[in-house]
Amino acid sequence: MKPQPKLLTALSILSVLLFLAALAMVFLYAPLEAVMNYVQKIFYFHIANAWIGMLGFIAAAIAGIAYLVKKDMKWDIVEVAAVEISLVFFFITIVTGSIWAKPSWGTWWTWDARLTTAAILEMIYIAYLMLRQGIEDPERRARFGAVYTLIGGLSVPVTFLSIRLWQTIHPAIIGAQSAEAQGSFGMTPAMLFTMFFSLISFSIIFVTLLWHRIRIGQLTNQVEELKHKISE
Amino acid sequence: MDNRSPAVEQKASSTVHRPSSGFAQAVFAITWKDLTAELRSRELLSAMLVFALLVIIIFNFAIELEPKLRPVITPGVLWVTFVFAGTLGLNRSMAIEKDRGCLDGLLLAPVDRSAIFFGKMLGNLVFMFSVEIIVLPIYSVLYNINLFNPGLWMVILLGSIGYAAVGTLLSSMAVQTRTRDMLLPILLFPVIVPVLLAAVKASSGYLQGLEMTEITPWLNLLVAYDIIFLAVAYMVFEYVVEE
Repeated sequence: MKPQPKLLTALSILSVLLFLAALAMVFLYAPLEAVMNYVQKIFYFHIANAWIGMLGFIAAAIAGIAYLVKKDMKWDIVEVAAVEISLVFFFITIVTGSIWAKPSWGTWWTWDARLTTAAILEMIYIAYLMLRQGIEDPERRARFGAVYTLIGGLSVPVTFLSIRLWQTIHPAIIGAQSAEAQGSFGMTPAMLFTMFFSLISFSIIFVTLLWHRIRIGQLTNQVEELKHKISE
Repeated sequence: MDNRSPAVEQKASSTVHRPSSGFAQAVFAITWKDLTAELRSRELLSAMLVFALLVIIIFNFAIELEPKLRPVITPGVLWVTFVFAGTLGLNRSMAIEKDRGCLDGLLLAPVDRSAIFFGKMLGNLVFMFSVEIIVLPIYSVLYNINLFNPGLWMVILLGSIGYAAVGTLLSSMAVQTRTRDMLLPILLFPVIVPVLLAAVKASSGYLQGLEMTEITPWLNLLVAYDIIFLAVAYMVFEYVVEE
């Protein structure tokens, strides 16, 4: 077994430090928002989580296509890693969003384009994991997984557009749009800086997590191979 | 391979000599095989149909279909019915291929893999249309609402194409897993949200007699979805049936 690369160890430590720094900035440096007060603080991590979810989603789709073209198992490992990370971070995004929405919009949930798409994306990820679970042959599992990420990767933007269309067309849903407007606010330079700081911190956390997860995937494959050898 | 019709053998062998013109022939041969098998057994269509009618009856109790609300609620009820009945058909149509090793036989045929996809998809589409053609008048009578509306039919046509394209691809994946038919709705429903939303909105636009400017965006969306996913399914089907 290969020892953990030095760069990865450094990245892990850096991730923890950046996370703590971002947390400190959110609470100590960023000014209090005039209308929403402390509730607005969740925004910095909410955006950062959504950003990571997006990164994972795009990485998974690219890895899926790369697998179908190259037929190389390493892309399958990247794909699963990206999907799992994206699943978790989108879930956190939904939860933090709901926590913010309750005091700002007066409801935990509305069927807004972003909210609905995030929820459907979570369902696609869960379906993806269930699909993989039902297949024993690793090669077929990788192939089907790649095909499904491709289908999901294409359908999610279309879903987002269609739900947006639903809102603009349907006057009854305009309420959701004005509710969205209620939540918006002007950002001071300190707020902007905090936001970008947490975005960058979370991006580095994403890279670290992805790398760790890819290593776990490689180790799992090694273990499978060794088991296979013993049983022979 | 006992339920393979002579037409398949004949057409498959003819493609050996003329592979370029054989594509359409192969597609129709596979569709024809499914239809002949269905005409002889009548398992699939009767199950889909009875199921669809039951869904409609259950909806009657589940939500109060008041006359005033009917034009608003009907598209939703109809599409949920079609989608559920369609899942039944998609599962069955792929399961019979897998059960007796018919899929392996099909794969051995000297035709393009995508011909198999389009053949199966057309078959599924015919089954869906058959159910829809019977359900629409019955629904009209039961709920006293006029569904004789060419616009609505066009929406149903477009929606069914998108549904069958993605459904055929995903059902051929689902039958090859351990959980089999249980998995299909879980895989299928999250990715057909745009079709469902657009189809329901466009149908309700036609039923409520809205202006075309309000319906056209949904029709465009349906056409775009159909084209995108037909193309993608065509390209990736090969990876799904590869052994």
